[in-house]
Amino acid sequence: MLSNQAQTFERNTLKNYLLDHAYDEMFEGPDQLHGHYEPLLNHFASLPEGELSRRKAAADLSFLNQGITFTVYGREDGKEQIFPYDLLPRIITQAEWNKVERGLTQRIMALNLFLRDIYNEGRILADGVVPREVVYSCKHFRRQMVGLQVPRNVYVAICGTDLIRMQDGEFVVLEDNLRVPSGVSYMLTNRRVMKRIFPQLFRSYNVKPIEQYTQLLLGTLRSLAPEGRPEPNIVLLSPGVFNSAYFEHAYLARQMGIELVEGRDLVTHDNVIYMRTTSGLRRVDVIYRRVDDDFIDPLSFRGDSILGVSGLFNAYRAGNVTLANAFGTGVADDKALYAYVPDIIKYYLSEEPILQNVKTYLLTDPKSRQHVLQNLDKLVVKAVGESGGYGMLIGPHSTKAEQAEFAEKIKADPRNYIAQPTISFSRAPCLIGDGLEPRHVDLRPYVLYGDKVSVVPGGLTRVALKRGSLVVNSSQGGGSKDTWVLSE
Amino acid sequence: MLSRVADSLYWMSRYLERAEHTTRLLDVNLNLMLDESSASAERRWQRVLQALGTPKDVKWKGDPYELVRQLSFDTNSRSSILSLIIMARENSRHVREQISTEQWHRLNSLYLAVTLPGLSKSPEPGTMSMEPELPTEFLTQVMEAVHQFQGVTDSTMSHGEGWQFIQVGRYIERASATASLLEAFHDDLWGDGQSERVEGNEYLDWMGLLRSATAFEAYCKVYTADLTPERILEFLLLDEDFPHSLRFSIDSLQCSLDNIQRESGKVRADPLRRLAGRLQGSLSYSGVDEILDGDIVAYLRTIQVQCREIHNTIYELYVDYSIQAALAS
Repeated sequence: MLSNQAQTFERNTLKNYLLDHAYDEMFEGPDQLHGHYEPLLNHFASLPEGELSRRKAAADLSFLNQGITFTVYGREDGKEQIFPYDLLPRIITQAEWNKVERGLTQRIMALNLFLRDIYNEGRILADGVVPREVVYSCKHFRRQMVGLQVPRNVYVAICGTDLIRMQDGEFVVLEDNLRVPSGVSYMLTNRRVMKRIFPQLFRSYNVKPIEQYTQLLLGTLRSLAPEGRPEPNIVLLSPGVFNSAYFEHAYLARQMGIELVEGRDLVTHDNVIYMRTTSGLRRVDVIYRRVDDDFIDPLSFRGDSILGVSGLFNAYRAGNVTLANAFGTGVADDKALYAYVPDIIKYYLSEEPILQNVKTYLLTDPKSRQHVLQNLDKLVVKAVGESGGYGMLIGPHSTKAEQAEFAEKIKADPRNYIAQPTISFSRAPCLIGDGLEPRHVDLRPYVLYGDKVSVVPGGLTRVALKRGSLVVNSSQGGGSKDTWVLSE
Repeated sequence: MLSRVADSLYWMSRYLERAEHTTRLLDVNLNLMLDESSASAERRWQRVLQALGTPKDVKWKGDPYELVRQLSFDTNSRSSILSLIIMARENSRHVREQISTEQWHRLNSLYLAVTLPGLSKSPEPGTMSMEPELPTEFLTQVMEAVHQFQGVTDSTMSHGEGWQFIQVGRYIERASATASLLEAFHDDLWGDGQSERVEGNEYLDWMGLLRSATAFEAYCKVYTADLTPERILEFLLLDEDFPHSLRFSIDSLQCSLDNIQRESGKVRADPLRRLAGRLQGSLSYSGVDEILDGDIVAYLRTIQVQCREIHNTIYELYVDYSIQAALAS
């Protein structure tokens, strides 16, 4: 039950907090809080009026002054924006987290086994568990990787899996990001700001720490160094300052104490990668690359790339340098392949998947395609190789014209699209104006895989800040909030 | 350290030093202008432009406040204070992970403050030109921020190679700016034999020169407020302890180059050492009389040429070297 003070608070602050059929992170039912949100609400109730907005302003200023911004800067009036940030933490209990952690561990192991397999023997293809055409028609499949050994057989060393919470409160996987997942710096800086803005509340909650992430990342990268390089020189390869995630690249490099390099800093000689330093050329052993496959080596991939390093792939092939993630991991986060991940888990690990998938229609199948085309107003259609919320149709929020356009696209290239039911994923309280309102949230935990699998407790909770919106991507008006995993 | 990083730190530092120098020149001259007839305004502001290396895209059009506005806010000109701050900040953004958080905060706050919309609005044609108060406030703000940045740089950043490149940028910029300043004031110090001077005005001009190099108080401590051209020249060129004198700048430059050479070991730095050493020697072991005996303007120009050569050699050694040369050594 709420105290008197909390009831006044509730009348004022929660007047716009309307529940619907989506799972609510804070309320179990009308007037019935989830236990772990009670101290949070009581704390807010004890704050003087307007204090929440004041703290919000303090947090915004802190982000701006730290330069935690994401829009590209032009020379004219600086249009830098802070990554929208919500003041209320999203709270996850230990029991809930344990399951997520086990599920993610299982998933990254299986996906790595899968990648090793399809780039080598191809057992899973021969056994017919995953159709060959799904793999070979994927635009992120890299034939250059066939037959190539990668250190420790780790293809995906860094992964950020998007989870959503269904109506029954269960977490399911929405997509795997196995190429160059971003956002981890927001997870870390959100936490730093939260600790400054709500120190007492934070302390009272016994939240599991996440600050060890950069150290774990460094350890992961080190464990993947080429053989015979006991003191590897590790660098982070960024597309440069005009990339929207540049802040993150700089932040991670700094936190790990490694060099942040750009393509123009690296040169290849005799299949060895060097970086240009003031004391001459220095050999590079491990590259944490934040540049897509396509742009990383103009000799092996896209010839018009100016972000890459000529000859990098050959050096990689020669085993003189390790890249994390490896090339060609995108085949495993293709949205059509996603439908097969539960089978992949069973095939390699002989285990049942701990985290479920969202029901997915493969449009190459005539029957599914027929069903999808008839129900475009109810379904979500996604392009298989896209991310960031691009190339997407959200049926219930779309116009007839958009649906017709997508119908044409699907008929023209069914392999390029999948469809999923429109899911009303869970909502968490957010500070909107002076009051709290529920907004849809997802969760992106970050998984590392080197000599072992580690998952930092929590991750980035992304929020669709527009009322009713289901799109959480920062490029489409989404924001983020700190995620607290409690230790009992 | 990455060559690209050295490049960015060097230019970040140079641009800030240049912004500060420009700011001080404008501030000092705006102030001294108030004590003068408007007839001498042209001479004064032409001299300011000359001291700034005669920027191509800024012209004297008869209105001091308009000139100050251009030199402060006009982002079409690369020499305006605003452009310099934007470029310095842009360079620092490229090496965000190399500088300390405090440095970044200081510079980014300055950038945010000076790019605030509305600050740089040019006056409507026909209305009164810019409020006289505004530039002074802006100039003070920039000067203070740059000083704070330099302080924070010295106290929060490791004095390793990166810091040394910042020093190199700062002092090479300061040395050539001071040489250029002295050259611009040459006629006022020694007279060009043509312009009639009003008695007492040269004192103001000379004080202006010293204050443009933050040297007035320091000069007075050494020579008292008795200003003579010889002493001013001696102080700004050859004083060992004053941070804006040429000698001090070149000593600091040389010291930082030595440290860089030591840290980056492998590189053969003989040509650079020779160039910097020659300049340092000429400033350490000349008397002001010898310089006065010769052609002062030529002497000052040689210094500027030497600074440019040092700059080029630094780049050949540490930044723009060829792969073949690097693999061979």
